[in-house]
Amino acid sequence: MRTIVAASAVLILAVLPVAAPWLQFVLTLAIAKGFAALGVAVLLRAGLISIGHAMFFAASAYGVAFLARAGINDLGLLLILSVLAAALLGAIAGLFLVRYRAIFFAMLNLAVSMVFYALCAKLYSVTGGTDGMTVPVPAVFGVVLGEPTFKSVLFYISLALMLLVGLAIQRYLNSPLGHALAAVHSNEIRLEYLGIPVWAVLLVAYVVSAALAGLGGAIAGFAIGRVVPDFAFWTASGHLVLIAVLGGIGGVPGAFIGALFLELLHSVAVTVTDAWNLIVGLTLIVVIMFLPQGFYGLFSRKEASSL
Amino acid sequence: MSNAIIPLLLDSLASAALIFFAAVGLTLVFSVLRVLNVAHGSLYSIGGYVAASLCLFIASRQLNPYLSFAALLFSAVFVAAIFGPLIERSLVRWTYGKSEAVQILITFGLFLMLEDLQRMIFGVQSFYEDAPMRLLGTLTIGGVVYLNYQILLIGMALLVVISLRLLVNHTRLGRLITAVVTDREMAQSIGIDTNRIFILAFSLGVFLAALGGALATPTSGIAPGLGADTMVLAFAVAAIGGLGQIEGAAVASLIVGVARVLAIYLVPSLDAVAPYAAMLVVLLIRPYGLFGSMTARRI
Repeated sequence: MRTIVAASAVLILAVLPVAAPWLQFVLTLAIAKGFAALGVAVLLRAGLISIGHAMFFAASAYGVAFLARAGINDLGLLLILSVLAAALLGAIAGLFLVRYRAIFFAMLNLAVSMVFYALCAKLYSVTGGTDGMTVPVPAVFGVVLGEPTFKSVLFYISLALMLLVGLAIQRYLNSPLGHALAAVHSNEIRLEYLGIPVWAVLLVAYVVSAALAGLGGAIAGFAIGRVVPDFAFWTASGHLVLIAVLGGIGGVPGAFIGALFLELLHSVAVTVTDAWNLIVGLTLIVVIMFLPQGFYGLFSRKEASSL
Repeated sequence: MSNAIIPLLLDSLASAALIFFAAVGLTLVFSVLRVLNVAHGSLYSIGGYVAASLCLFIASRQLNPYLSFAALLFSAVFVAAIFGPLIERSLVRWTYGKSEAVQILITFGLFLMLEDLQRMIFGVQSFYEDAPMRLLGTLTIGGVVYLNYQILLIGMALLVVISLRLLVNHTRLGRLITAVVTDREMAQSIGIDTNRIFILAFSLGVFLAALGGALATPTSGIAPGLGADTMVLAFAVAAIGGLGQIEGAAVASLIVGVARVLAIYLVPSLDAVAPYAAMLVVLLIRPYGLFGSMTARRI
């Protein structure tokens, strides 16, 4: 039953841009943010809130821009290398950060990401400062495409990646390593007594979440065609947490449901009012107060995890 | 050398003083309510907008320009009286005892709403009204020109540290606050009205943030995005000093101010990195901040 629901949802997503071409950009961006929010959701399962994951999102988009400048011009290679770069950055940051909990974890992630943001904004000669860097249109499997065609290809590749990566993350979360995350949340000391190294569990989760945010950032960079330091600003990190919580952290679809909901709501809302943040802020507060399991909690019959 | 560095130092200490007002409010709210208020920076910029509007009104009606000093103070009191009780009772109270993730997200939602409300009420143009700064004039010592207003800002910051310490240590309200910080349940069981203390402490925090914003308008003006920038700087200062430490916030804003001067002097392009780099280094070594400790009472 759930497979049928998921399959039809993906089919609808795949057909939507044919019916309404303007939706293609919106949906690509939604999937990109969904990846990043999924990364945040992985850490939220362990009770760790990161207000700094936009750093990995931005780092990977900058990675694409730098690699393209260095002459690499293949979509697949660019995606893989930039995600690896984000994962490496995640491993380095994670080595220091997974020792901390609660408010200290949140603050340190914020500090790291703001150092990154300030560097991107200030190192004008390297990163182009607040003007950012352009992300050129790459070749896809050796085929050079025009921009409109590339954007369509990018959308369907993102959709396919959403399925593949989503399934992989689902398996990870259902593995003992994934279940250990929830155990860290409920009782960390007991986990240590069972002989499971908590820091290793969290480091793996941190690297996975950084790679997910990086994948989202690379897709967003290609879709927008430009990367600016604001990708890494703390409010962007806040938005990623917001998406994860709106959708619900109980399962992989949650993050994507949250991102789709938010991007579609955005497209509708901007035609009516410019008080967009007011609507989002209010939605967030209402969801946290009355739907602690997020929108995904409405669909899932199992007891989904909440904050 | 000194002719160049002293004005620079004064300049960065004056801006550090402004951040200190926001940071000390944040730290006070955290120590009493145990909630990290992500919307704190917005209250700083709301204070600034209200103060700028009042000062522009005074200028347009050609009232006595010295009234604008009263306007700065009044706008902080006004913002605190409106937003303090309202936010504490409606949103923050709901998060007591919930996880940090919930607290941060609820106040982040509030931050988003307040940012848009400011845009709707005050528009997107920047406000600038420097009457209070012009009235105070300048001071020349040894060939170096100082803005008196900047000296006033630093003096005000010192005054706030001293008054807060006196309030906490030597008044009835301060003792009640200390009791609530030390042991919330015990304080409640001996008959302290903790809800009242929470409202008072939160409103005091809002007042300090709004005061910072109001005092900032004559020097730097006010524009959209100020709330978000202030929030993260105030956060850095409060975290360096140790969340919940009044004097810690003061010393931390000094450190951030001096770090910026050094950065401007040595690597000018990196001045914006200095506060966050300082925060990162301090937090990695002492996650509870320079003055904080894991267990000792925090106020």
